[in-house]
Amino acid sequence: MKTWRYYWRNGDRRHVMLMGYLFICPVVIYSLVTAFVPMAVSFYLSFTRYNMLTPAKWVGLANYRTILFADDLFRTALRNTAQYAVEVLPANIILSLGLAVLVNRAIRGITLFRTAYYLPVVTSIIAASMIWLWIYQPDAGLLNLLLSRFFHLPPIDWLGNPRLALHSLVLMRVWKGVGWNMVLYLAGLQGIPGYLYEAAKIDGASPAQQFRAITWPMLKPVTYYIIIMGLISTFQTFGEIYAMTRGGPLDSTTTVGFLIYQRAFSYFEMGEASAIAFILFVIIFGLSLLNVKYFQYRG
Amino acid sequence: MNSRRRCYRSLVRILGIYVVLSAVALVMCAPFMWMLASSVKPNEDIFAYPPAWLPSRITFQHYEKAFSHSAFPRYFLNSFVVAGTATIVNLFFCSLAGYAFAKLDFFARDVIFMLILGTMMIPVHVTLVPLFIITKRFPFCGGNNALGVGGTGLINTYGGLLVPYLLSVFGVFMVRQFCATIPDELREAARIDGAGEFDVYWRIMLPLIKPVLATLSIFVFTTAWDDFLWPLVITNSDSMRTVQLGLQVFQMQHAADWGPLMAATVVVTMPVLVVFVIGQKHFVQGIATTGLKG
Repeated sequence: MKTWRYYWRNGDRRHVMLMGYLFICPVVIYSLVTAFVPMAVSFYLSFTRYNMLTPAKWVGLANYRTILFADDLFRTALRNTAQYAVEVLPANIILSLGLAVLVNRAIRGITLFRTAYYLPVVTSIIAASMIWLWIYQPDAGLLNLLLSRFFHLPPIDWLGNPRLALHSLVLMRVWKGVGWNMVLYLAGLQGIPGYLYEAAKIDGASPAQQFRAITWPMLKPVTYYIIIMGLISTFQTFGEIYAMTRGGPLDSTTTVGFLIYQRAFSYFEMGEASAIAFILFVIIFGLSLLNVKYFQYRG
Repeated sequence: MNSRRRCYRSLVRILGIYVVLSAVALVMCAPFMWMLASSVKPNEDIFAYPPAWLPSRITFQHYEKAFSHSAFPRYFLNSFVVAGTATIVNLFFCSLAGYAFAKLDFFARDVIFMLILGTMMIPVHVTLVPLFIITKRFPFCGGNNALGVGGTGLINTYGGLLVPYLLSVFGVFMVRQFCATIPDELREAARIDGAGEFDVYWRIMLPLIKPVLATLSIFVFTTAWDDFLWPLVITNSDSMRTVQLGLQVFQMQHAADWGPLMAATVVVTMPVLVVFVIGQKHFVQGIATTGLKG
């Protein structure tokens, strides 16, 4: 790296440097105020008891101790969140890759299909929740009507049954998310040079072999990116929980994101909420690092 | 004979592909079609069995009810103000910073860039509580004194609603990636001709990076329009609610009234769908080219 002097001693370079700082200074200040300072504040609050009315009271590690060792609801929320991620991510990856392969061809009207698959992504999570509340409605919802008409199944309480609710939310989330990853995979597919496939064909490789030996390895960076981003977003799940189930029934859909909101803004336990948020951060960060390690090792 | 058979085969193959494509499209779009159908069905059709995809007659009574029983026009105004302002602010500051990170050489540039980019890894929930406190205790606003005590700060104001969308780090990243593809010679030539650094950005770079600015606008507008958690936390008066929050509250108040709820959902979803379909080409390209190449 070039030293400070390298820039400062030369008039032209100094001018460019100062203009550069001027241009980035709004972003730097904004990041400080909305990310770095809040993170520090949050870290401090996680060691306090604070309800916004009386001054924060230092309690040391008490919040962390309670959450990690004595908080059943946190454990439930963590399990639900992990379950959610474990179901959403693989389904999303398989389906989005399938869709990407499907739409990766230059035929008439393909843009129309790509747009159709992408529409759920553009829909807000609240709008999607409203639509799916209606679809999952036990008496007159579309899903039960179709199941009853074609398979003569009795009505199923998709969101009211504690053993089903989380899976119902997973289904909706996958529907909403595949389009986004499809576009990423599509970009990845189009970046694979065609001569690799030609060479494989000359060697007599079947389409399945081509997929295993060329497509999948070449798409590894995309998959890696999708897993990290997917972990970050599924571990923060909030909107659909708030709008569709409020964490119920029987806490079966309480996610960590929802629990943090509840602790902070329903019970005003800002300190405890901050501690949970930090634990969440460490988990996401750790999983991302593991993911990086795994992919470096394999690739 | 052989070539005709091959032609026939490939025709069947193409047809098969279209059938699969359409079937998937049907599944992906079914929820939207159901929403749209429910919003124009008369009430007696809504609970009909077997489910009717096409209404027996088209009625707009649900739309009327959704709009007369709530402050939706106001929610719309709020969302437009917030998402629109956020878009304009982002267009200027993200492009300015993105350009600097790509084309200007200065001390510690890449370190600063990585630090800023790293904030994308921070979960919203970590900064939520402090951001709420900062917004509530913003000095000299909403009855607060210099220390941020005494009033409600930026709570229930457009300023407060805008806080998390004013500057998108992802937007800076997008612009930087795009600027990196533009040759340095353009900037150098303009500098030799006597243009200042800001002139180069304003007169030369901005026109060249229009495609990424289109992507950025769609991205910022939809993010602000679709967000739920922040408006939920930062507003408590009905007149400051955004559309997403309004929709959720409407659902709470009219629990089993599916027709009006679907009508409201259609209306809330429309602006974003329209923005997307218009700018669709840019958007998809934008994700494809900048989302990955790190």
